[in-house]
Amino acid sequence: MNKTVLDLWVGLFVIAGFAALLFLALKVGSTSAVSASNSYEVVARFDNIGGLKPRAPVKSAGVVVGRVADIRFDNETFEAAVTLRLDKRYAFPKDTSAGIMTSGLLGEQYVGLEAGGDSEALKDKDRILITQDAVVLENLIGQFIYGKAQEGAPQ
Amino acid sequence: MLKQSIESLGNRTIQGVWRIGFAARFFVAMLLHSGTAFRRFGLTIREMYFTGVLSLIIILVSGLFVGMVLGLQGYETQQRFGSESALGTLVALSLVRELGPVLAGLLFASRAGSAITAEIGLMKATEQLSAMEMMAVDPIARVVAPRFWAGVISMPLLAALFSAMGILGGYLVGVLLIGVDVGTFWSQMKSSVDFEQDILNGVIKSVVFGVAITTIALFEGYDAPPTAEGVSGATTRTVVTSSLAVLALDFVLTAFMFRGLN
Repeated sequence: MNKTVLDLWVGLFVIAGFAALLFLALKVGSTSAVSASNSYEVVARFDNIGGLKPRAPVKSAGVVVGRVADIRFDNETFEAAVTLRLDKRYAFPKDTSAGIMTSGLLGEQYVGLEAGGDSEALKDKDRILITQDAVVLENLIGQFIYGKAQEGAPQ
Repeated sequence: MLKQSIESLGNRTIQGVWRIGFAARFFVAMLLHSGTAFRRFGLTIREMYFTGVLSLIIILVSGLFVGMVLGLQGYETQQRFGSESALGTLVALSLVRELGPVLAGLLFASRAGSAITAEIGLMKATEQLSAMEMMAVDPIARVVAPRFWAGVISMPLLAALFSAMGILGGYLVGVLLIGVDVGTFWSQMKSSVDFEQDILNGVIKSVVFGVAITTIALFEGYDAPPTAEGVSGATTRTVVTSSLAVLALDFVLTAFMFRGLN
Protein backbone atom coordinates (compact mmCIF):
# COMPACT_ATOMS: atom_id res chain seq x y z
CA MET A 1 0.00 0.00 0.00
CA ASN A 2 1.43 3.29 -1.10
CA LYS A 3 1.69 5.78 1.72
CA THR A 4 0.11 8.70 -0.15
CA VAL A 5 -2.90 6.67 -1.25
CA LEU A 6 -3.43 5.62 2.35
CA ASP A 7 -3.26 9.22 3.54
CA LEU A 8 -5.82 10.19 0.93
CA TRP A 9 -8.26 7.56 2.17
CA VAL A 10 -7.84 8.58 5.79
CA GLY A 11 -8.30 12.21 4.80
CA LEU A 12 -11.50 11.33 2.96
CA PHE A 13 -12.70 9.37 5.98
CA VAL A 14 -12.05 12.28 8.37
CA ILE A 15 -13.73 14.76 6.03
CA ALA A 16 -16.75 12.45 5.66
CA GLY A 17 -16.95 12.06 9.44
CA PHE A 18 -16.89 15.78 10.04
CA ALA A 19 -19.39 16.31 7.23
CA ALA A 20 -21.72 13.87 9.00
CA LEU A 21 -21.27 15.77 12.27
CA LEU A 22 -21.98 19.03 10.49
CA PHE A 23 -25.07 17.52 8.90
CA LEU A 24 -26.29 16.39 12.33
CA ALA A 25 -25.56 19.81 13.82
CA LEU A 26 -27.12 21.94 11.10
CA LYS A 27 -29.84 19.86 9.52
CA VAL A 28 -30.96 17.59 12.36
CA GLY A 29 -30.40 19.55 15.54
CA SER A 30 -30.83 23.12 16.63
CA THR A 31 -29.51 24.96 19.61
CA SER A 32 -32.44 25.73 21.84
CA ALA A 33 -30.39 27.49 24.46
CA VAL A 34 -30.52 31.25 24.08
CA SER A 35 -27.05 32.33 25.13
CA ALA A 36 -26.86 34.34 28.33
CA SER A 37 -25.05 37.28 26.73
CA ASN A 38 -27.78 38.29 24.29
CA SER A 39 -30.82 37.54 26.38
CA TYR A 40 -32.67 38.92 29.37
CA GLU A 41 -34.70 37.17 32.03
CA VAL A 42 -38.14 37.99 33.29
CA VAL A 43 -40.20 36.19 35.91
CA ALA A 44 -43.86 35.29 35.58
CA ARG A 45 -45.90 33.82 38.42
CA PHE A 46 -48.67 31.32 37.81
CA ASP A 47 -51.14 29.56 40.10
CA ASN A 48 -50.92 26.50 37.91
CA ILE A 49 -48.37 25.74 35.20
CA GLY A 50 -49.90 22.43 34.09
CA GLY A 51 -47.24 20.37 32.32
CA LEU A 52 -44.81 23.17 31.49
CA LYS A 53 -41.19 22.03 31.51
CA PRO A 54 -37.84 23.81 31.53
CA ARG A 55 -36.57 24.50 27.98
CA ALA A 56 -40.13 24.81 26.69
CA PRO A 57 -40.45 27.55 24.05
CA VAL A 58 -41.72 31.06 24.76
CA LYS A 59 -43.73 32.28 21.81
CA SER A 60 -45.24 35.57 20.83
CA ALA A 61 -47.59 35.62 17.84
CA GLY A 62 -46.48 32.05 17.25
CA VAL A 63 -42.80 32.94 16.86
CA VAL A 64 -40.28 31.51 19.32
CA VAL A 65 -38.75 34.47 21.19
CA GLY A 66 -37.13 32.63 24.11
CA ARG A 67 -37.10 29.60 26.36
CA VAL A 68 -38.26 28.70 29.84
CA ALA A 69 -35.06 28.86 31.87
CA ASP A 70 -36.24 27.74 35.27
CA ILE A 71 -39.39 26.74 37.15
CA ARG A 72 -39.57 27.06 40.92
CA PHE A 73 -42.21 26.80 43.58
CA ASP A 74 -42.51 29.86 45.77
CA ASN A 75 -43.27 28.65 49.25
CA GLU A 76 -44.47 32.06 50.45
CA THR A 77 -47.11 32.83 47.85
CA PHE A 78 -47.70 29.18 46.89
CA GLU A 79 -47.26 30.06 43.25
CA ALA A 80 -45.00 28.76 40.52
CA ALA A 81 -42.26 31.23 39.59
CA VAL A 82 -41.30 30.68 35.96
CA THR A 83 -38.14 32.36 34.70
CA LEU A 84 -38.30 33.18 30.99
CA ARG A 85 -35.11 33.83 29.06
CA LEU A 86 -35.98 36.11 26.16
CA ASP A 87 -33.89 37.04 23.14
CA LYS A 88 -32.48 40.60 23.42
CA ARG A 89 -33.61 41.37 19.89
CA TYR A 90 -37.20 41.35 21.06
CA ALA A 91 -38.38 44.00 23.51
CA PHE A 92 -41.79 43.72 25.09
CA PRO A 93 -43.90 46.43 26.80
CA LYS A 94 -44.07 46.39 30.57
CA ASP A 95 -47.73 45.32 30.64
CA THR A 96 -47.19 42.23 28.47
CA SER A 97 -49.25 39.27 29.59
CA ALA A 98 -48.04 35.67 29.74
CA GLY A 99 -50.21 32.59 29.40
CA ILE A 100 -49.53 28.86 29.31
CA MET A 101 -50.80 27.42 26.07
CA THR A 102 -50.84 23.99 24.48
CA SER A 103 -49.84 23.44 20.87
CA GLY A 104 -52.46 21.16 19.43
CA LEU A 105 -54.82 19.12 21.56
CA LEU A 106 -52.20 16.95 23.24
CA GLY A 107 -49.06 18.78 22.18
CA GLU A 108 -46.31 20.29 24.28
CA GLN A 109 -47.01 23.28 26.47
CA TYR A 110 -45.41 26.64 25.87
CA VAL A 111 -45.57 30.16 27.28
CA GLY A 112 -47.42 32.60 25.07
CA LEU A 113 -46.63 36.31 25.40
CA GLU A 114 -49.15 38.93 24.37
CA ALA A 115 -47.74 42.42 24.06
CA GLY A 116 -49.49 45.23 25.90
CA GLY A 117 -49.53 48.96 25.17
CA ASP A 118 -47.07 50.38 27.67
CA SER A 119 -44.36 52.64 26.28
CA GLU A 120 -41.71 51.27 28.66
CA ALA A 121 -40.09 47.94 27.83
CA LEU A 122 -39.49 44.93 30.10
CA LYS A 123 -35.98 44.87 31.51
CA ASP A 124 -33.80 42.12 32.96
CA LYS A 125 -35.19 40.66 36.23
CA ASP A 126 -38.57 42.34 35.69
CA ARG A 127 -41.80 40.61 36.54
CA ILE A 128 -44.71 39.95 34.23
CA LEU A 129 -47.78 40.89 36.25
CA ILE A 130 -50.64 39.67 34.10
CA THR A 131 -50.59 35.89 33.77
CA GLN A 132 -53.02 33.26 32.67
CA ASP A 133 -52.79 29.75 34.09
CA ALA A 134 -52.65 26.52 32.20
CA VAL A 135 -55.96 24.99 31.26
CA VAL A 136 -56.48 21.81 33.25
CA LEU A 137 -58.55 19.38 31.26
CA GLU A 138 -60.19 17.85 34.34
CA ASN A 139 -61.49 21.27 35.47
CA LEU A 140 -62.90 21.94 32.01
CA ILE A 141 -64.69 18.60 31.92
CA GLY A 142 -65.92 19.22 35.45
CA GLN A 143 -67.33 22.59 34.45
CA PHE A 144 -68.93 21.10 31.37
CA ILE A 145 -70.63 18.32 33.33
CA TYR A 146 -71.74 20.80 35.97
CA GLY A 147 -73.21 23.04 33.25
CA LYS A 148 -75.02 20.13 31.63
CA ALA A 149 -76.46 19.06 34.95
CA GLN A 150 -77.70 22.61 35.55
CA GLU A 151 -79.33 22.64 32.12
CA GLY A 152 -81.19 19.39 32.69
CA ALA A 153 -82.33 20.29 36.22
CA PRO A 154 -86.08 20.81 36.69
CA GLN A 155 -86.99 24.51 36.92
CA MET B 1 -14.04 -32.12 46.00
CA LEU B 2 -15.45 -29.11 47.86
CA LYS B 3 -11.98 -27.97 48.84
CA GLN B 4 -10.85 -28.20 45.25
CA SER B 5 -13.74 -26.11 43.91
CA ILE B 6 -13.21 -23.45 46.56
CA GLU B 7 -9.53 -23.41 45.72
CA SER B 8 -10.17 -22.98 42.02
CA LEU B 9 -12.73 -20.24 42.70
CA GLY B 10 -10.24 -18.35 44.84
CA ASN B 11 -7.53 -18.86 42.25
CA ARG B 12 -9.72 -17.50 39.47
CA THR B 13 -10.69 -14.47 41.58
CA ILE B 14 -7.07 -13.66 42.29
CA GLN B 15 -6.17 -14.09 38.63
CA GLY B 16 -9.04 -11.78 37.68
CA VAL B 17 -7.94 -9.05 40.08
CA TRP B 18 -4.37 -9.50 38.86
CA ARG B 19 -5.48 -9.02 35.27
CA ILE B 20 -7.47 -5.89 36.14
CA GLY B 21 -4.45 -4.42 37.86
CA PHE B 22 -2.26 -5.24 34.88
CA ALA B 23 -4.87 -3.74 32.54
CA ALA B 24 -4.91 -0.50 34.56
CA ARG B 25 -1.10 -0.30 34.46
CA PHE B 26 -1.21 -1.03 30.72
CA PHE B 27 -3.74 1.78 30.18
CA VAL B 28 -1.63 4.31 32.08
CA ALA B 29 1.55 3.23 30.26
CA MET B 30 -0.27 3.62 26.96
CA LEU B 31 -1.32 7.17 27.82
CA LEU B 32 2.18 8.06 29.05
CA HIS B 33 3.80 6.73 25.85
CA SER B 34 1.34 8.50 23.56
CA GLY B 35 3.92 11.09 22.53
CA THR B 36 5.16 8.96 19.65
CA ALA B 37 1.63 8.54 18.30
CA PHE B 38 1.44 12.31 17.78
CA ARG B 39 5.07 13.07 16.98
CA ARG B 40 5.06 10.44 14.24
CA PHE B 41 1.46 10.99 13.22
CA GLY B 42 2.00 8.85 10.11
CA LEU B 43 1.82 5.78 12.35
CA THR B 44 -1.58 6.85 13.70
CA ILE B 45 -2.84 7.67 10.21
CA ARG B 46 -1.83 4.20 9.03
CA GLU B 47 -3.84 2.66 11.87
CA MET B 48 -6.78 4.96 11.17
CA TYR B 49 -6.83 3.47 7.69
CA PHE B 50 -7.19 -0.04 9.12
CA THR B 51 -9.61 0.73 11.94
CA GLY B 52 -11.59 3.62 10.46
CA VAL B 53 -11.57 3.56 6.69
CA LEU B 54 -11.95 -0.21 6.40
CA SER B 55 -14.91 -0.11 8.84
CA LEU B 56 -16.69 2.47 6.68
CA ILE B 57 -18.59 0.06 4.44
CA ILE B 58 -20.13 -1.96 7.26
CA ILE B 59 -20.97 1.19 9.25
CA LEU B 60 -22.58 3.00 6.32
CA VAL B 61 -24.60 0.02 5.13
CA SER B 62 -25.82 -0.95 8.61
CA GLY B 63 -26.66 2.67 9.38
CA LEU B 64 -28.76 2.92 6.27
CA PHE B 65 -30.64 -0.28 7.03
CA VAL B 66 -31.18 0.55 10.71
CA GLY B 67 -32.59 3.92 9.68
CA MET B 68 -34.87 2.31 7.11
CA VAL B 69 -36.18 -0.18 9.65
CA LEU B 70 -36.73 2.64 12.15
CA GLY B 71 -38.68 4.52 9.51
CA LEU B 72 -40.93 1.53 8.78
CA GLN B 73 -41.47 0.45 12.37
CA GLY B 74 -41.80 3.98 13.67
CA TYR B 75 -44.42 4.82 11.07
CA GLU B 76 -46.29 1.59 11.75
CA THR B 77 -46.48 2.38 15.48
CA GLN B 78 -47.05 6.11 15.25
CA GLN B 79 -49.86 5.99 12.71
CA ARG B 80 -51.90 3.99 15.23
CA PHE B 81 -52.34 7.14 17.25
CA GLY B 82 -52.08 9.60 14.42
CA SER B 83 -48.68 11.05 15.16
CA GLU B 84 -46.85 9.92 12.05
CA SER B 85 -45.75 13.52 11.53
CA ALA B 86 -43.30 12.97 14.41
CA LEU B 87 -41.49 10.23 12.46
CA GLY B 88 -38.46 12.47 11.91
CA THR B 89 -38.19 13.09 15.64
CA LEU B 90 -38.35 9.39 16.44
CA VAL B 91 -35.74 8.40 13.87
CA ALA B 92 -33.34 11.23 14.67
CA LEU B 93 -33.55 11.05 18.46
CA SER B 94 -33.18 7.28 18.68
CA LEU B 95 -30.22 7.33 16.28
CA VAL B 96 -28.37 10.33 17.66
CA ARG B 97 -28.84 9.47 21.32
CA GLU B 98 -28.57 5.70 21.38
CA LEU B 99 -28.40 3.61 18.26
CA GLY B 100 -25.69 5.59 16.48
CA PRO B 101 -23.03 5.36 19.20
CA VAL B 102 -24.05 1.92 20.48
CA LEU B 103 -24.46 0.06 17.19
CA ALA B 104 -21.42 1.76 15.67
CA GLY B 105 -19.54 0.72 18.84
CA LEU B 106 -20.67 -2.90 18.58
CA LEU B 107 -19.77 -3.05 14.88
CA PHE B 108 -16.46 -1.33 15.59
CA ALA B 109 -15.69 -3.87 18.34
CA SER B 110 -16.30 -6.83 16.07
CA ARG B 111 -14.79 -5.33 12.91
CA ALA B 112 -11.78 -3.37 14.21
CA GLY B 113 -11.37 -4.55 17.81
CA SER B 114 -11.00 -8.21 16.89
CA ALA B 115 -8.48 -7.34 14.16
CA ILE B 116 -6.40 -5.30 16.61
CA THR B 117 -6.32 -8.13 19.14
CA ALA B 118 -5.42 -10.74 16.54
CA GLU B 119 -2.67 -8.57 15.09
CA ILE B 120 -1.03 -7.72 18.41
CA GLY B 121 -1.52 -11.24 19.75
CA LEU B 122 0.21 -12.64 16.67
CA MET B 123 2.99 -10.06 16.95
CA LYS B 124 3.52 -11.29 20.48
CA ALA B 125 3.31 -14.98 19.50
CA THR B 126 5.89 -14.49 16.76
CA GLU B 127 8.03 -12.53 19.22
CA GLN B 128 7.99 -9.34 17.17
CA LEU B 129 7.29 -7.35 20.33
CA SER B 130 10.29 -8.90 22.11
CA ALA B 131 12.40 -8.17 19.04
CA MET B 132 11.41 -4.52 19.24
CA GLU B 133 12.38 -4.40 22.90
CA MET B 134 15.75 -5.90 21.95
CA MET B 135 16.24 -3.00 19.54
CA ALA B 136 15.34 -0.55 22.32
CA VAL B 137 12.05 0.32 20.63
CA ASP B 138 9.22 0.48 23.13
CA PRO B 139 6.40 -1.65 21.69
CA ILE B 140 3.82 0.27 23.75
CA ALA B 141 4.88 3.54 22.14
CA ARG B 142 5.50 2.12 18.65
CA VAL B 143 2.66 -0.41 18.29
CA VAL B 144 0.02 0.09 20.97
CA ALA B 145 -0.40 3.84 21.39
CA PRO B 146 -0.92 4.70 17.68
CA ARG B 147 -3.64 2.05 17.47
CA PHE B 148 -5.29 3.45 20.59
CA TRP B 149 -5.43 7.00 19.29
CA ALA B 150 -6.52 5.85 15.85
CA GLY B 151 -9.47 4.04 17.46
CA VAL B 152 -10.35 6.98 19.70
CA ILE B 153 -10.34 9.38 16.74
CA SER B 154 -12.18 7.02 14.37
CA MET B 155 -15.00 5.96 16.67
CA PRO B 156 -16.89 9.32 16.96
CA LEU B 157 -16.54 9.88 13.22
CA LEU B 158 -17.95 6.42 12.51
CA ALA B 159 -20.83 6.98 14.96
CA ALA B 160 -21.66 10.32 13.34
CA LEU B 161 -21.61 8.69 9.91
CA PHE B 162 -23.85 5.90 11.22
CA SER B 163 -26.39 8.40 12.58
CA ALA B 164 -26.33 10.50 9.42
CA MET B 165 -26.82 7.43 7.21
CA GLY B 166 -29.61 6.23 9.51
CA ILE B 167 -31.44 9.53 9.23
CA LEU B 168 -31.03 9.33 5.47
CA GLY B 169 -32.49 5.81 5.58
CA GLY B 170 -35.42 7.00 7.68
CA TYR B 171 -35.95 9.79 5.17
CA LEU B 172 -35.87 7.35 2.25
CA VAL B 173 -38.49 5.07 3.78
CA GLY B 174 -40.59 7.66 5.61
CA VAL B 175 -40.75 10.40 3.00
CA LEU B 176 -40.03 8.79 -0.36
CA LEU B 177 -41.64 5.39 0.20
CA ILE B 178 -44.48 5.97 2.66
CA GLY B 179 -45.17 9.60 1.92
CA VAL B 180 -44.77 11.50 5.17
CA ASP B 181 -44.57 15.19 4.33
CA VAL B 182 -40.98 16.32 3.65
CA GLY B 183 -41.30 19.62 5.48
CA THR B 184 -42.91 18.05 8.54
CA PHE B 185 -40.26 15.34 8.66
CA TRP B 186 -37.32 17.77 8.80
CA SER B 187 -38.93 20.57 10.82
CA GLN B 188 -40.28 18.22 13.51
CA MET B 189 -36.83 16.67 13.71
CA LYS B 190 -35.08 20.02 13.92
CA SER B 191 -37.40 21.43 16.56
CA SER B 192 -37.03 18.50 18.94
CA VAL B 193 -33.37 17.49 18.56
CA ASP B 194 -31.18 19.71 20.68
CA PHE B 195 -27.57 20.23 19.64
CA GLU B 196 -26.05 20.18 23.12
CA GLN B 197 -28.39 17.76 24.88
CA ASP B 198 -28.70 15.18 22.14
CA ILE B 199 -25.97 15.46 19.53
CA LEU B 200 -23.03 16.43 21.74
CA ASN B 201 -23.98 13.80 24.32
CA GLY B 202 -24.05 11.23 21.52
CA VAL B 203 -20.56 12.30 20.46
CA ILE B 204 -19.31 12.06 24.06
CA LYS B 205 -20.76 8.55 24.25
CA SER B 206 -18.99 7.46 21.10
CA VAL B 207 -15.64 8.84 22.34
CA VAL B 208 -16.04 6.90 25.59
CA PHE B 209 -16.92 3.74 23.64
CA GLY B 210 -13.90 4.29 21.42
CA VAL B 211 -11.60 4.46 24.46
CA ALA B 212 -13.18 1.37 26.02
CA ILE B 213 -13.17 -0.79 22.89
CA THR B 214 -9.62 -0.02 21.78
CA THR B 215 -8.25 -0.38 25.31
CA ILE B 216 -9.88 -3.79 25.72
CA ALA B 217 -8.78 -4.92 22.26
CA LEU B 218 -5.17 -3.78 22.76
CA PHE B 219 -4.94 -5.25 26.24
CA GLU B 220 -6.37 -8.60 25.20
CA GLY B 221 -3.87 -8.77 22.36
CA TYR B 222 -0.95 -7.72 24.55
CA ASP B 223 -1.94 -10.15 27.29
CA ALA B 224 -2.78 -13.09 24.98
CA PRO B 225 -0.94 -16.38 25.57
CA PRO B 226 1.60 -16.63 22.72
CA THR B 227 -0.06 -19.64 21.05
CA ALA B 228 -2.56 -20.01 18.22
CA GLU B 229 -5.17 -21.07 20.75
CA GLY B 230 -4.36 -18.14 23.03
CA VAL B 231 -4.72 -15.60 20.23
CA SER B 232 -8.06 -17.00 19.08
CA GLY B 233 -9.34 -17.02 22.66
CA ALA B 234 -8.19 -13.43 23.15
CA THR B 235 -9.97 -12.34 19.96
CA THR B 236 -13.22 -13.89 21.14
CA ARG B 237 -12.81 -12.29 24.56
CA THR B 238 -12.26 -8.90 22.93
CA VAL B 239 -15.56 -9.03 21.08
CA VAL B 240 -17.51 -10.33 24.08
CA THR B 241 -15.97 -8.02 26.68
CA SER B 242 -16.04 -4.87 24.60
CA SER B 243 -19.64 -5.47 23.48
CA LEU B 244 -20.67 -5.89 27.11
CA ALA B 245 -18.62 -2.84 28.08
CA VAL B 246 -20.33 -0.74 25.40
CA LEU B 247 -23.80 -1.73 26.57
CA ALA B 248 -23.02 -1.29 30.27
CA LEU B 249 -21.26 2.05 29.72
CA ASP B 250 -24.19 3.16 27.58
CA PHE B 251 -26.56 2.59 30.46
CA VAL B 252 -24.33 4.49 32.90
CA LEU B 253 -23.80 7.40 30.51
CA THR B 254 -27.48 7.61 29.61
CA ALA B 255 -28.40 7.68 33.29
CA PHE B 256 -25.99 10.57 33.81
CA MET B 257 -26.88 12.54 30.70
CA PHE B 258 -30.63 12.30 30.38
CA ARG B 259 -31.84 11.79 33.93
CA GLY B 260 -32.42 15.42 34.84
CA LEU B 261 -33.67 16.41 31.44
CA ASN B 262 -37.36 16.69 32.16
